[in-house]
Amino acid sequence: VDVHLLDAEPTAPERDAVDAFLGPPLSSWVGADRVDDGHSAHGGHSARAQRHQLLPTLHALHEHAGWISPGGLNYIARRLTIPPADVYGVATFYALFSVKPRAPRVLHVCDDVVCRCAGSESLIATLRKQIGPSGTEVDGSTWLPSPCLGQCDRAPAALLIQSGEAPVERELTIANAEGLLAIMDGATPQLARSAVPPQAGQPGLQLLGRIGLADPESLDDYRAHGGYAALRRAFDLGAEGVIREVLDSKLMGRGGAAFPTGRKWEAVARQPRRPHHLVCNADESEPGTFKDRVILEGDPFSVIEAMTITAYATGSERGYLYLRGEYPLAQRRLENAVEQARARGLLGDDIFRRGLRFDIELRKGAGAYICGEETAVFASIEGYRGEPRNKPPFPVERGLFGQPTVVNNVETLINVLPIVLEGGAAFAAIGTERSTGPKLFCASGAVEQPGIYEVPFGTTVREVLQLAGGVRSGASLRAILLGGAAGSFITPEDLDLPLTFEDTRASGATLGSGVVVAIDDQVDLGRLLMVIAAFFRDESCGQCVPCRVGTVRQEEALARLLTDRPRGTVQDELALIAEIGEAMRDASICGLGQTASTAIESAIHRLGVFHGGAPA
Amino acid sequence: VFGAGGGTSSYREVEETDLVILWGSNARETHPIFFHHVLKAVHRGAPLYVIDPRRTGSAQWADTWLGLDVGSDIALANTIAREIIHAGLVNEAFISRATSAFAEYRASVEGWTLEEGERVTGVPAQTIRELAHAYGRAERAILCWTLGITEHVTAVDNVLSLINLALLTGHVGRYGSGLNPLRGQNNVQGGGDMGAIPNKLPGFQDVQDDHDARARFEAAWKTKLPPRRGWHLSQMFEAMERGELRTLYVLGENPAQSEADSKKSLALLEGLDFLIAQDIIMTKTCDMADVVFPSSASWCEADGGTVTNSERRVQRMRKALDPPGLARDDHWIICELARRLGHNWGHPTLEQAWEELRSLSPMHRGMSYKRLEETGGLQWPCPSDDHPGSPFLHGRLWEEPVQGPRAPFSITTWAPPIDELNEEFPIRLTTGRRLDSYNTGVQSNLYSSPLRRGETLDLCPEDAASLGVEPGEIVHVSSRRGSIQAPVRLDEGLRPGLAFMTMHFPDDIDVNVLTIDATDPKSGTAEFKATAVRVEKRGSGDREAAGMASGEASR
Repeated sequence: VDVHLLDAEPTAPERDAVDAFLGPPLSSWVGADRVDDGHSAHGGHSARAQRHQLLPTLHALHEHAGWISPGGLNYIARRLTIPPADVYGVATFYALFSVKPRAPRVLHVCDDVVCRCAGSESLIATLRKQIGPSGTEVDGSTWLPSPCLGQCDRAPAALLIQSGEAPVERELTIANAEGLLAIMDGATPQLARSAVPPQAGQPGLQLLGRIGLADPESLDDYRAHGGYAALRRAFDLGAEGVIREVLDSKLMGRGGAAFPTGRKWEAVARQPRRPHHLVCNADESEPGTFKDRVILEGDPFSVIEAMTITAYATGSERGYLYLRGEYPLAQRRLENAVEQARARGLLGDDIFRRGLRFDIELRKGAGAYICGEETAVFASIEGYRGEPRNKPPFPVERGLFGQPTVVNNVETLINVLPIVLEGGAAFAAIGTERSTGPKLFCASGAVEQPGIYEVPFGTTVREVLQLAGGVRSGASLRAILLGGAAGSFITPEDLDLPLTFEDTRASGATLGSGVVVAIDDQVDLGRLLMVIAAFFRDESCGQCVPCRVGTVRQEEALARLLTDRPRGTVQDELALIAEIGEAMRDASICGLGQTASTAIESAIHRLGVFHGGAPA
Repeated sequence: VFGAGGGTSSYREVEETDLVILWGSNARETHPIFFHHVLKAVHRGAPLYVIDPRRTGSAQWADTWLGLDVGSDIALANTIAREIIHAGLVNEAFISRATSAFAEYRASVEGWTLEEGERVTGVPAQTIRELAHAYGRAERAILCWTLGITEHVTAVDNVLSLINLALLTGHVGRYGSGLNPLRGQNNVQGGGDMGAIPNKLPGFQDVQDDHDARARFEAAWKTKLPPRRGWHLSQMFEAMERGELRTLYVLGENPAQSEADSKKSLALLEGLDFLIAQDIIMTKTCDMADVVFPSSASWCEADGGTVTNSERRVQRMRKALDPPGLARDDHWIICELARRLGHNWGHPTLEQAWEELRSLSPMHRGMSYKRLEETGGLQWPCPSDDHPGSPFLHGRLWEEPVQGPRAPFSITTWAPPIDELNEEFPIRLTTGRRLDSYNTGVQSNLYSSPLRRGETLDLCPEDAASLGVEPGEIVHVSSRRGSIQAPVRLDEGLRPGLAFMTMHFPDDIDVNVLTIDATDPKSGTAEFKATAVRVEKRGSGDREAAGMASGEASR
């Protein structure tokens, strides 16, 4: 690539931060001092092959400098042979990066659906009053509102990101105003502890059995609690045998799209083109979803083991675990788990001395909901803006780096462990005919005991709420949001809806990622819809016009309705919202645009939000 | 070597080859459309090697850039050849079947060890070896070159030294392997094909030696052809200098600004008895002319005709606009001039002219207008109406036995550029072109471009620092022939002792005041690529002029 660099120069610390990650530059053409190497240069394919380093390099710079300065950006462009405009395009794609000078300490305060139900509005009001509007810097600290931080079981939540020589990332749970103000004053919060699911210790749990019992930082303890038995069994079954069990289990993807996992694996395994890649999608960002976080924090080795089995079955030598950027505790636990597994030969060139070669690279997102889309995650890992790709070709043919790729959600992968251990048939006997196995539900909002709950498919909404201790005392249930921002609202009359793929689909709702948010009558539903509309407007990658424009138009129409200034009649506005939703569903290439209106439309139709012309 | 002047490969082959070498070519900027074909190969995984003194935009795309010293191309080619021979990577079957004079050639390159190559070219021995092995091992490889090879006094030998490499490895005459000089205009190839060169009749039939061809043309044209080759451009200027050439008819050229050592060439043009210029634009040459014929722009205003591109594809042209004012098609002007000089050729249509060509040039015989329109263009040779055209040339070398003459190796001897560097003129100036401008700017300066920044003297940051000059500062640039002033621009793609300028803005800064008119005796091409210069900071007396936008040529 012929790169036209900027004139801006990096500061020495910026240069050091980039070099610390990439290693020292090998020639003056990529950033070393100009010496006598003016008669030859290497680049081309080898330079372009480094493109995938862009996102982690931006992280390295941002962690130290607190923002991506023009000089720092220019230096990354030179080091990686990427045009500065291209680097800028990637840096500005992600919400956690700033290309303007910013305070080194940034407190991200969640103001999304669930935290809002738990009082985040008053926290934000306090910050606004005491500190100033979001972005105000006081003594090196600032605060910003954030979309869902995935801590809905411990709402309201916040996340401190502090850059510098010793960067700090800490999640704050069940936050209060005094705590947040103290952090704004310079205090460093305690390390967060991993959440223990309310069912911990109960017998018969297939997916949550170890969490809260086994030490998540000890490989030995993982093995003492049954870890790596499944991989041993997988070797006995052989790669094809594993795929057969997964096919027999009728396991469907748990990330939201519900595609049969076995068919995906089989398709990748059959591809003659090598290498094959495996991506574990841990970019859990659907508002109201936190199940993957609880697993990654509480049982990280199970994800490593499940990925290893998947790699064995599909012939993948390289695995990428793409973790959302707002999960520092999960990141630490996973880094530790990968390191320990490597040290014990459970990752590497000859796993279990069975000749299996597989390793895992952890990739950290930087605040982009869309990167949870299965092809957007490829673009993000490859070092491009996380924009989804058109399908076909499907990932099983051309996925990461253009190679056959199996991409699965965290929850999907850990289901493989009981399938391999106990057989696909036994797994298929759980749940219903078409929705087999156990399922994790993220119960939050106005319930007594928020948390993730493992139940067989077919359990009703009412039963999940009962498991979570029922509706919070004194509260009156107004609605339930199923499936997150991309899901839909149901009413208290629908509580006996069985939670299966087929039943939710038949009722016009969606299971999505297993979100069950109880919303009481104290919540301003109109504001909640605005939060959802703003979320999609903000997170649309902008590639497809219907979604880029539609999410804006949808938010505007809602705002007019909520301020009682409809253009034409209320019915005209509702017809417009329906039409926008239809256009986005029909003409967006990925699920974001296709679902950006479902929650809002369900609120209109099922909850009657604008029935009679004003928010109910 | 092969008997016809043209790139041997199709663009499609460039896309499907396994290795591409651009030698003395910044195709990224100067052949941007061709470079897209190269990029297709690159994106398919083919490595790209770029050989150029400057680390150009093309070089930045390369897997490996070899930044040889200006004018050391033969040394580099011979070093690569020796390494290929010593590494046992020669295609022995091809050499013994299809070539001649290999033993003499092998002996001639024996002294070019990697170390000697590095000493002369400046390119690290390891990098030369890498290229030699990659080219030798490739299943398919395409070697392309441009003016970096031909604008030297050793132009022909430079080309021959590259052809030798293809003969050594069998990288010619096969699909995906070939030798390709890139043409600078949409119809440079066509001009040569049609006989607009001093030594060939249409279809590359020799004026002097091909008696059959002469007889056919004389019969068709009912006239006697001059018995010897004509003058090429440099020889014309020599003839002007001797006073033998007194009248010049210039069509679509701007020699008043495009020639090396322009002060001298301007004086020669001014000294002519009579100068006719025919152009679509009032060029500086038109300004000097006694008579100017305004002509239509052949690619959009002329009524029909053909062009032939670098892959020898003949394509039909169509009229889109009426020419302005009194402008007339080139062929109309020529026929009319002939008529008024007493030779009534009538006014044949372009298709009638093309039909005559088909009857006289065997390689065009199968290309009727109808077929050209149906196929979107055919590649010569296309000798008959049922011939599909030829994607690549010289496939005969792979037939057993070889049809026609064998391809000879040529012994080429490296010599440094004529304009030597010394203490007085320590910096090597090389000239070239940029993406958004074209030659003397006759065509391109009519359009604005957001990239165009006017003429500059490009220096590496180190030289600028040691001269104590800043970007934008106007400096004196002097060669043994003249001196100009130009603003400095920094280019990290240059190294100490190497400077770069273009010839795009001769009205502002006449770079060819500096260049040497030493020409290759075999091709007549001048050594635009190698000038020895001195760069000086301007004295305090020059300060007032420093505020001027782009500097001014000293008169």
